[in-house]
Amino acid sequence: MAHDHHSGGHADTVEGHAMGEVHEHPTWRQYKWVALILTLITVVEVWAYYVPRFVASPAFVPVLLVMSAAKFAIVVAFYMHLKYDHKLFRALFVGPLIIAGGTLTALMFLFHKFVK
Amino acid sequence: MSAPAVPMQAHPPTSTGLDHRKVAIWAFIGSECMLFVSLISTYLIYKGRSVTGPFPHEWWCSSTKAMGFCAGESATHVVNSMRPILNIPVTSASTFVLLMSSLTMVLALAAVENRGKPGYAGRLLGNAGFWILATAILGATFLGFQAYEFTSFVHEGLTIRKNLFGSSFFTLTGFHGAHVSAGVLWLMTLYFIDKKRGLGPKDSLLVDICALYWHFVDVVWIAIFTLVYLIK
Repeated sequence: MAHDHHSGGHADTVEGHAMGEVHEHPTWRQYKWVALILTLITVVEVWAYYVPRFVASPAFVPVLLVMSAAKFAIVVAFYMHLKYDHKLFRALFVGPLIIAGGTLTALMFLFHKFVK
Repeated sequence: MSAPAVPMQAHPPTSTGLDHRKVAIWAFIGSECMLFVSLISTYLIYKGRSVTGPFPHEWWCSSTKAMGFCAGESATHVVNSMRPILNIPVTSASTFVLLMSSLTMVLALAAVENRGKPGYAGRLLGNAGFWILATAILGATFLGFQAYEFTSFVHEGLTIRKNLFGSSFFTLTGFHGAHVSAGVLWLMTLYFIDKKRGLGPKDSLLVDICALYWHFVDVVWIAIFTLVYLIK
């Protein structure tokens, strides 16, 4: 990822930063684009909610879930810098997330939430 | 005997080579994931199992105690009709506010990391205090939306004790609101530190940890907004 055009980037600000995790952060322009994409996805989500034909279709829930997951992943990757950070941080976040997701799915099956 | 010279460093070396504080915040965020997923699971399990209204997406007639709009029967029934309780336009606005607060938070971190550097010094982009305060104000605005929502729900007859939907909804969103409140207090603390002595590159880890917490609160809301508000 490119350095910020305003500065030398993050690598030379290690002084007070965590050791062993010298990495570069997205630039201001990238942050702006990320915010725009997040806003657009949110607008599409809300718009979908107000389209009765789409709400009635079987695609409604999966499409909303995919859009939500995309927003989640974008924030985690770019704003939380997990894309650029040490793999231990990734493991500390993704590990519990997998356990939590598995538990959620199991509970939904247990309580027959996937059965019409 | 003189003490050995300790190099000026933010944190002593660790076995992982990573700062313990950052490892700790990620471990904390991981545990918080499980907390919120358990609350979301509870909400989803109870969804559609309330025997009395109001409901999130459906009309409910409090007179006949049946789901659906009671118009066409009598004037009393029309009065007793309870509309779907969730207010999507208001919640969409609060969601937008929280998303924008994440943007201001990353700008605050960038301003702290690059303080005094060309392109940042003397510019709004380099004003960490401004971006931290903006994030806190956006967080407080989100809380204002939530207070408005909770108040209107109570006025419309939905309390935490009313039905399963009320119990699980208020517990889930209340927990999230409490996290946002803690985040706002944290941000205000950083703001006052910045006012007092100025936050610079040596403090970037302090701001980074707060930013991670704040973004986590944002991603939790992204999930809640879809699962609770949009999916009928």
